[in-house]
Amino acid sequence: MTKTAMAMTTTQARVAASLRRRYAAEMRFRAYGILAICIGLAFVAFLFTSIISKGYTSFQQTYIALDIDYSAELIDPEGTRAAQTLQAADYEAVIKASLKEQFPEVEGRASLRHLYGMISNAGEQLLRDRVVAKPSLIGTHERVWLLADDHVDTFFKGQIDRKLPESDRPISDEEIVWVDQWKAQHRAELRFNTAFFTTGDSREPEQAGVAGALAGSALTLLVTLLLSFPIGVAAAIYLEEFAPRNVWTDIIEVNINNLAAVPSIVFGLLGLAMFIQFFGMPRSAPLVGGLVLSLMTLPTIIIAGRASLKAVPPSIREAALGMGASRVQMVAHHVLPLALPGMLTGTIIGMARALGESAPLLMIGMVAFIVDVPHSLSDPSTVLPVQIYLWARSPERAFVERTSGAIMVLLGFLLVMNAVAVILRNRFERRWS
Amino acid sequence: MTIEQHQHVTNVARDVVFNESDHSRPGEQVDTKTVGQVTVEAPVITARHVNVHYSEKHAIKDVSIDVARNSVIAFIGPSGCGKSTFLRCINRMNDTIPNAKVSGSIQLDGIDIYDRSQDIVQLRARVGMVFQKPNPFPKSIYENVAYGPRIHGLAGNRADLDEIVQTSLRKAGLWEEVKDRLDNPGTGLSGGQQQRLCIARAIAVDPEVILMDEPCSALDPIATAKVEDLIDELRENYAIVIVTHSMQQAARVSQRTAYFHLGDLIEVGPTEQIFTNPRHKLTEDYITGRFG
Ligand SMILES: Nc1ncnc2c1ncn2[C@@H]1O[C@H](COP(=O)(O)OP(=O)(O)OP(=O)(O)O)[C@@H](O)[C@H]1O
Ligand SMILES: [Mg+2]
Repeated sequence: MTKTAMAMTTTQARVAASLRRRYAAEMRFRAYGILAICIGLAFVAFLFTSIISKGYTSFQQTYIALDIDYSAELIDPEGTRAAQTLQAADYEAVIKASLKEQFPEVEGRASLRHLYGMISNAGEQLLRDRVVAKPSLIGTHERVWLLADDHVDTFFKGQIDRKLPESDRPISDEEIVWVDQWKAQHRAELRFNTAFFTTGDSREPEQAGVAGALAGSALTLLVTLLLSFPIGVAAAIYLEEFAPRNVWTDIIEVNINNLAAVPSIVFGLLGLAMFIQFFGMPRSAPLVGGLVLSLMTLPTIIIAGRASLKAVPPSIREAALGMGASRVQMVAHHVLPLALPGMLTGTIIGMARALGESAPLLMIGMVAFIVDVPHSLSDPSTVLPVQIYLWARSPERAFVERTSGAIMVLLGFLLVMNAVAVILRNRFERRWS
Repeated sequence: MTIEQHQHVTNVARDVVFNESDHSRPGEQVDTKTVGQVTVEAPVITARHVNVHYSEKHAIKDVSIDVARNSVIAFIGPSGCGKSTFLRCINRMNDTIPNAKVSGSIQLDGIDIYDRSQDIVQLRARVGMVFQKPNPFPKSIYENVAYGPRIHGLAGNRADLDEIVQTSLRKAGLWEEVKDRLDNPGTGLSGGQQQRLCIARAIAVDPEVILMDEPCSALDPIATAKVEDLIDELRENYAIVIVTHSMQQAARVSQRTAYFHLGDLIEVGPTEQIFTNPRHKLTEDYITGRFG
């Protein structure tokens, strides 16, 4: 064996030995990675199962069928059929009468109060609307499905153990008997809870919905997006492409980076002092909420925007300038289209954070109890995370499932928002490459 | 350097030149250390006493040279000697580098391009550039070529634009290869095709001068030969300045050759003479491969 050949074999042996070590390191690294991903997935799965298992029941609600006697005596004793009379009539009495008719054996103040409490007081409004819309109903009988009260609903969904002693559960023995009776007669059933998506908050859990908070969140985010996206993108472009590099731009850069790290509640205080106290804007309004969240989102968008502008290869800029494009043309025709997907990603991150934000909005009064669904930017409203917080604090058992239900709605909102952004981004990427 | 200072330097430099003789006359005496013939008759570009600094680094040292019409001049020299830097002075691409400072005078058709009244957009429409690395826009082949005419408003309507795109691609020798897929992205072409696309893009605005910075460094011999043929054809209409590391290429395509060394312009002359009979020792060393 020649000298070089020997050297070769020892080198190869060394390489072989080191190879084994390198592969082992690589395997270990991969195992760690897979482990980390599994742990992350497990947490996500745990979170989702816990929320969904608790919350899916909020999408259903117990309804009771009652034979309603639209008695002329109770609704319109004088027979005028005047709209005012129909509006003002005592429909609670109508419901009570039909309950009494169904359970004639119920006696005593306490039992009657229990019986009347089985039906949600939303029923009155339903009957009023029906009669006002169609006065000819007066004097007739009709089977109407009415919303059950929240404790009946909770029991009917099996969330209350009937073996508990009576004093430990929110539903009494006689009420359980009535519910069982209704069930046997097919007069009680779970229906899809449309009201959850169409009504605002309520003191009565069975009538409380997320529509108010959903609309509030949507309006607030609309303001945030309309303000922070154009301003953020413009600021990023100016700082990255046009601004001279000097002390001032350095100071601005440091400040923007710091702003991104400021606790959000500070922005709430700023919004309170500036928008509400100084400029006199309305409290609890999506407009102010959006302004505050824009302040918070702007740094994120600017930083992401600058990063994606930086990532555009300089050769593209040179090509454009070399063709005689002006700086603005270079940015508008070549750099921005390439940077836009990255900017959209940054915007989505900022918007997702804004959607989940509650602390700064508490400061500007978006935590008030608001029943009406907001229709304009200055209507008082609340937002989903604050609504979740409010319900989570409520003592009624029925609010627990609504809390989880609202979280599901929030996650759904987030998913839709992300999906829209991804679609937009893909469209841009396809158009420009 | 402020604009005032720059103007001052420019004027001083111009005075020096004008005081000696009219630069458009052949045999003009230019105050320079460069060996050979820096001046030509009726030049399209006249550079006098150009200095470039990158912060402290003195990258171009008092370079004076003429570029003739309808001919090719090759810039050669070891890596880092300032060929690209000087090339980029001619269409003011160095303006985009924040710490680059250019002084001296460069005239295009007798007008100082560093003058305050010179519009930089117009200058770059007259002096096109092809870069070392093919850099087509991430858009369709058609859009790549149409971009220049479009921003400069050279085409009145779509038919005119189609015409310009087709002639440019033909001149660049790319038309036959891409005529059926003008809507495909320019970035999807091969390296050599991309470089010819960049040449088509540059000639679409009908410039007077085309600057090429090592246009064939990423190309195979076949694509290189195509680009060289193309340069030879383009010479009929344009003045071409080409930077190259290939001595053979310089010998094949250029009529004049300039040798740069550490920021100095050492020697300029007819290509023939530079390669067969260099007058300066440094040029000879480089040509014969004795230099790094
Ligand atoms: N943007 C810059 N900032 C600072 N120094 C630079 C810059 N660009 C070039 N230089 C320096 O200027 C000198 C000339 O560079 P230039 O790019 O002109 O060389 P070149 O002759 O084109 O070399 P090559 O053949 O390798 O392309 C080099 O020393 C380089 O380091
Ligand atoms: Mg170079």
